[in-house]
Amino acid sequence: MQKLVKAKEPFRFCSRFHLSELTGLKATNIEELLELIKTVPGSSIYHHTHRFLQQHQYLSPEPPNDFAYWIREVLGEDELGERLASIDIMEFPTIRSLREKIISIIENYLREKPKVKLKFSSIDEAFHFIKSRSFIILTDYIAYDLKEFVEILKKITIDSIYFHIFEARLRLEKKTNDFSWWIEDSLGNKKLALKISRLDPYTRTLEDLRKEIISIVEKEIT
Amino acid sequence: MPELRDYIPIVGESIINDLRSLALRLKGKVIQNINSTAVGGGVAEILNRMVLLLKELGLDCRWDVIKGGVDFFEVTKKFHNALHGRIQEITQKDFDIFLKTSLDNIQQLNIYGDIVFIHDPQPIALIKKRTDNKWLWRCHVDVSSADNKVWQFLKYFIIQYDAVVFSAPHFSQKLPIRQYLISPSIDPLSDKNKELSKETIDAILYKYNIPKDKPIITQISRFDRLKDPIGVIEAYRLVKKYNDCRLVLAGGTAADDPEAVEFFAEVKEKARDDPDIHILLLPHDDITINALQRASSVIIQKSIKEGFGLTVAEALWKAKPVVASNVGGIPLQIKHKYSGLLCNSIEGLAFSIKQLLNSPAYAKKLGENGREHIKNNFLITRHLKDYILLFLSLYYQEDIVYL
Repeated sequence: MQKLVKAKEPFRFCSRFHLSELTGLKATNIEELLELIKTVPGSSIYHHTHRFLQQHQYLSPEPPNDFAYWIREVLGEDELGERLASIDIMEFPTIRSLREKIISIIENYLREKPKVKLKFSSIDEAFHFIKSRSFIILTDYIAYDLKEFVEILKKITIDSIYFHIFEARLRLEKKTNDFSWWIEDSLGNKKLALKISRLDPYTRTLEDLRKEIISIVEKEIT
Repeated sequence: MPELRDYIPIVGESIINDLRSLALRLKGKVIQNINSTAVGGGVAEILNRMVLLLKELGLDCRWDVIKGGVDFFEVTKKFHNALHGRIQEITQKDFDIFLKTSLDNIQQLNIYGDIVFIHDPQPIALIKKRTDNKWLWRCHVDVSSADNKVWQFLKYFIIQYDAVVFSAPHFSQKLPIRQYLISPSIDPLSDKNKELSKETIDAILYKYNIPKDKPIITQISRFDRLKDPIGVIEAYRLVKKYNDCRLVLAGGTAADDPEAVEFFAEVKEKARDDPDIHILLLPHDDITINALQRASSVIIQKSIKEGFGLTVAEALWKAKPVVASNVGGIPLQIKHKYSGLLCNSIEGLAFSIKQLLNSPAYAKKLGENGREHIKNNFLITRHLKDYILLFLSLYYQEDIVYL
């Protein structure tokens, strides 16, 4: 067990804020939705597969996926909604690959059930494409060892945790989350890094994720 | 007026620290807000709070007001109605009046901001004074079914701005400039939302002769067809067959609008002499609204059309179970069965009310979730953060910005 190893490089916590940008693009049926999914910027795919996580931090996991939600709740296509909701986002290292997966699920479904194309939402319930603009700042919180790391983790904003877990991995195309990267690279604790990277953040609330990481790290240092 | 530190017990210190940290990045920039009135109306109410808090964050944030005569404001009222989708007769003379007053303001108003933040259509033509500074247009109006003639007239000015801000996704339009989504917010420390003592709530119920012997169902809204108080009474009657309860309909009405006065009489007639229906025509009294919401078992908002519907956020902030129509900005505030219930009909409303009255644990959970959702997304601190990001966004092009 490694206790309070000093890091080669300290962990500097960042925070991330987002501003929602409207694209003016909307869909009222599945074909329009599919076409727009193919062409909107990656930051829009990111927004619609992650917004739910941030805006509904307190909920136990509902699919963090606006496409699934709209298809199920507005078009009434439960099965397609479920298929999209259960995409294992952890398996996709980039927004490009995630987008391709969403497209292939919808296209396959349309081949199986072409009548879905006849379903329209009302104008009031149209799907509006939004994209995220992210603003990243360095905070004053710096950890040199796991004890400092876990103390900061307890008080840092949920935006910071979000950034280091989700944004860094998928949108910035790093291979793992920032915490695991630092723990392995700067503290040399591969086992702990792996434990954290194995947590599926898409099936927990952000507060539960925070608690889980704190618990894992505290076990490591006590 | 509350200060930033007063919000720490509600949102946590780290949120306020983030605001301070972001505001530092705008040091030296002058932000000039311009609207059409210093008092009265939602925009002035928001600016009053925002400007003070942004100043406390160290930003040089100022506020100017354009001038205009009665004829100008009559025209802008027509514009407002037309943008909301109401049929209005708008003539060339109306456009001429608008342009004449706009020209006077262009000549007289001093533009000094690095960022000029224009609110609503009245001052929109000031963009003609654009130099090398940044210009934002904040649209507080639901333009999803706007009259095309008025929209095209305004669009000529809008596309000269750097960006436009709407309150809900479905208000967005196809435009060649950036469009941002910034929802409105509630102030948890205002008279309408702050905590009230049991004594204050009881005193207000006593004043309005509302006994606490039965569950109270409440809709707070002005008496307007679009808020459907008649439908609310019909739903109450369906509920009443199985659950004894009281209905409170409280709000104001425009005394100078003959149609509104007539409609209020219609609502009274619909209620007939049911002693359990309390129709309160209230003057502007935020503490009373707050108390009525806090005394309620279920709060409803059965609007037929809604801009954003902040009364829903106010109710959820008080951890009340809410049933509301699936229109306007309401679905942004309520996720069906998680943070409240959405309905599309009188029968659906009645069913949901019964469900909440008969399942208090479920109702409590929805209310708690609702409060948390409002805390995370619809408080003034989030609104401040969005405005600071909006100002910062003017200086960057990328989707991922390292500050």
